Amino acid sequence: MKNSSTTVTEAEAHDFEPVIGLEVHVELKTKSKMFCGCRNEFGAEPNTWVCPVCLGMPGSLPVINRVAVEYLCKAGFALGCDVAPFSKFDRKNYFYPDMPKNYQISQYDMPLTTGGGITLPSGKRIRLNRIHLEEDTGKNLHAGGAMSGSDYTLIDYNRAGVPLMEIVSEPDISSSDEAEAYLAELKAILSYIGVSDVKMHEGSLRCDANVSVRPRGTTALGTKTEVKNMNSFRSVGRAINREIARQSERLAAGERIVQETRGWDEGKGATYSMRSKEEAHDYRYFPEPDLVPLALEADMLARWRAELPELPDARRKRFAQQFGLSEYDAQVLTAERSDADFYEATAAACDDPKQAANWLMGDVRRALQSAGLTTLAQSPMTAAQLGELIRLVKTGAITGKAGKEVCDLLVAQGGDPKVIVAERGLGAVTDTAEIATMVDQAIAANQKSVDAYKSGKANAFDFIVGQVMKVSRGKANVEIVRALIKERLG
Amino acid sequence: MLTGHEIRDRIARRETSALEVAKRSIDAVAASEPELRAYLTLTPEYALARAAEIDARIARGEDCGTLAGVPVAIKDLFCTQGVRTTSGSKILANFVPPYSATVVAKLEAAGAVMIGKTNMDEFAMGSSCENSGFHPTRNPWDPSRVPGGSSGGSASTVGARGVPIAVGTDTGGSIREPASFCNIVGVKPTYGRVSRYGMIAFASSLDQAGPMTADVRDAAIVLEAIAGHDPMDSTSVDVPVPHYADALREDLKGVKIGIVREFESSIGGDAAMSALYKEAYASLVRLGAELVEVSLPHAKYGLATYYLIAPAECSSNLARYDGARYGVRVDGDGDVYQMFERTRAAGFGPEVKRRIVLGTYALCSGYYDAYYVRAQKVRTLMKQDFDTAFAACDVIACPAVSCPPFALGAKSDPVAMYLMDYFTIPMSLAGIAAMSVPAGYVDGLPVGLQIAAPAFEEGRMLGVAHAYEQSTRFAWARAPKVGAA
Repeated sequence: MKNSSTTVTEAEAHDFEPVIGLEVHVELKTKSKMFCGCRNEFGAEPNTWVCPVCLGMPGSLPVINRVAVEYLCKAGFALGCDVAPFSKFDRKNYFYPDMPKNYQISQYDMPLTTGGGITLPSGKRIRLNRIHLEEDTGKNLHAGGAMSGSDYTLIDYNRAGVPLMEIVSEPDISSSDEAEAYLAELKAILSYIGVSDVKMHEGSLRCDANVSVRPRGTTALGTKTEVKNMNSFRSVGRAINREIARQSERLAAGERIVQETRGWDEGKGATYSMRSKEEAHDYRYFPEPDLVPLALEADMLARWRAELPELPDARRKRFAQQFGLSEYDAQVLTAERSDADFYEATAAACDDPKQAANWLMGDVRRALQSAGLTTLAQSPMTAAQLGELIRLVKTGAITGKAGKEVCDLLVAQGGDPKVIVAERGLGAVTDTAEIATMVDQAIAANQKSVDAYKSGKANAFDFIVGQVMKVSRGKANVEIVRALIKERLG
Repeated sequence: MLTGHEIRDRIARRETSALEVAKRSIDAVAASEPELRAYLTLTPEYALARAAEIDARIARGEDCGTLAGVPVAIKDLFCTQGVRTTSGSKILANFVPPYSATVVAKLEAAGAVMIGKTNMDEFAMGSSCENSGFHPTRNPWDPSRVPGGSSGGSASTVGARGVPIAVGTDTGGSIREPASFCNIVGVKPTYGRVSRYGMIAFASSLDQAGPMTADVRDAAIVLEAIAGHDPMDSTSVDVPVPHYADALREDLKGVKIGIVREFESSIGGDAAMSALYKEAYASLVRLGAELVEVSLPHAKYGLATYYLIAPAECSSNLARYDGARYGVRVDGDGDVYQMFERTRAAGFGPEVKRRIVLGTYALCSGYYDAYYVRAQKVRTLMKQDFDTAFAACDVIACPAVSCPPFALGAKSDPVAMYLMDYFTIPMSLAGIAAMSVPAGYVDGLPVGLQIAAPAFEEGRMLGVAHAYEQSTRFAWARAPKVGAA
């Protein structure tokens, strides 16, 4: 993927190489919040899913959500991390109105997991530093859009206390393409294990990028900036490219890079300074005294690990091997767990993995688009129904053309393909006598083509076949048609 | 006013009614309140309605609990649903919680009748009740003197027998010191014995709720009522709650009592105080106890350790008071941080600000290891001191305070005030059980004996205190100057 926002010249780009690390915040899809029993769900009326605990009212105390710990540990296992049997929570202290207690319960020096990594489709390995568990903040809604200059600010605390895991990579990423590939792979893994919705547009996945550049061929790290406020994988890529270009231009001009936090302005396609290192918070971390340390028993951790489903990478490899799919097909079919499940069920139902892949990536995808759907999960069609349709086409019970029509109906409404075929009269004509009549008519009506065929023009044969099909409105079994024409014309 | 258990028994025998008792308590408090000012909020209508309800249930033959009809006073840092809760601070002057603390709910379940919310040093920071954001409270034994703190209002009203029972909280001595000053029984349970849910936090790793009562039996009944694991408080410990009244003893035969060498040399400089405690130990021996000398070598670092850990935790705990969601707000000129600053500048008193600054400093990167981490290590050593001491004795007996109640304004130097907790802080840091029981008088002013026991051995501690109380009868003495009933 090439991004257009870069203004760095080729010479500059050649002189400097970027070093990138990502900090990804992922909201966990638990039923209740991290430290209280309030519902954890996106999109409710503001300040309806709140209680004394997540509002930080005097005397309220946090209690750890066991499922959030389980989900994080499962993410850790899926990403090859070391899961700590003993960890603890800490307070991160800073004042901000969307944070009810003016401290965030997080993990500082004893995170739940360390190590691990993600292998990109290119084969490159991006190592992880750690994953820790914390609580999300509320949301500020500034009148006029920005905090400065707005008349007032409203705060929605529904999100306050939602379980959040922060996944910190090592600075192993060396381009915006790799960053986007990393995010795509991370998203696939997390959605596979079912611990998060990982929807960037709803904020259940958020990404900050630490970017620095250094003269190509050197090993010392340059001064980094942290870029925030990207709202899609694509804008992460754009922001990184822009920041690489900005830093390279500065260094090329003999200037220094200031360590700071920068915001990404999607409209302007530029980063801007939010606060410098000097203005950075001293978070005054210390162990959360309202919680006892987290001790996880070995058999529980083993059980969580055993409960993990097959992960995207493994499934991709298995699909290629077991079903003889191309690497591309396997990649597409495994990107979402539900799609991969659907594919496997369809393949089993029609007993033809190749055809199942072809239908899902061809006619089904097209039918989804024309039905205005974006994912397979939105369609009422089941894998058994699609499998039956493929079987009908394979056995010649219906023609390929009729199959497409049935597919459109299935994707839009679901249903039993056999019933649809019967109701709509889409069954193939396989009665030889009936087809023979049509063939004889076609031969009689197209003497020129018959003569042309007899004088050796092979495509004249196909023309006659086409005429028969036309007459049968596409329902005649084409094999029978061809056999009969051949028989007649000798 | 009788003790809590006497009142309960008389109500149960229909010799009086909960309503009658509530009225007498309300009248007694009204009579002494102009002078003592022990309360921040009085709840007479609530108390009368509650008492009538208890009477009705008793009339129907229901079991209304171990404190059925007993009037109680609640320190104003326990959240009470629908009743203003200030933690002694102007910043919460208008705060009405939508929930009740677990301690309050448990007292209600035991049949207690809340009369009002008691005054305290702001956010429990102080040893005299003079740091209240509203007004000081006075000592019923001498209204020119302080009742101690931070649970000063609770101690004062029980000392004056406005109510027989109150609850307080103890972070470094905030139950034991005022109990000592007001001639009542005050128990700081083991950390984790009583739920902290709904208790407005000062220092989370030290705060613990406990009874402040007319006698040891009342303390045993109240502790049993409020103790136990609470799913809402992860630091509350799931160990069974014994029937503490069964542990109350009449003699001390076979009991080994540790006398702390370092504390004795410290109190030795004050002849009157030293003599009082020597007599207290002699009483224990007369009851059959064997005295053994024990050592707490790290106790001398208690104050320094406490004044790093407690302010550090409070600097974070009190960050939430910013005017954004509840409590008093002072608007900024269109800037939220200005609003925070103005609200906190106006809402917090000087001692609270001092500790927030101390704690913020101690947690700063670059100082954290030298201060907070070091203090936690000393805390571990202090726990080990007690482990060693309790290997040689069953309980420890020692001074609760270094002096009798002092005059209002006498300790204007903050450090002089901090020193008031010298004998109580080590037990708080170690998280063990400790209590104060009336032990006599110096210049006609009450002084308490501190008894400390290993974690979750409150029964053993109460048993020793009971035998001492029954033989010395100091707890029976009434405050001479104030209080009627």
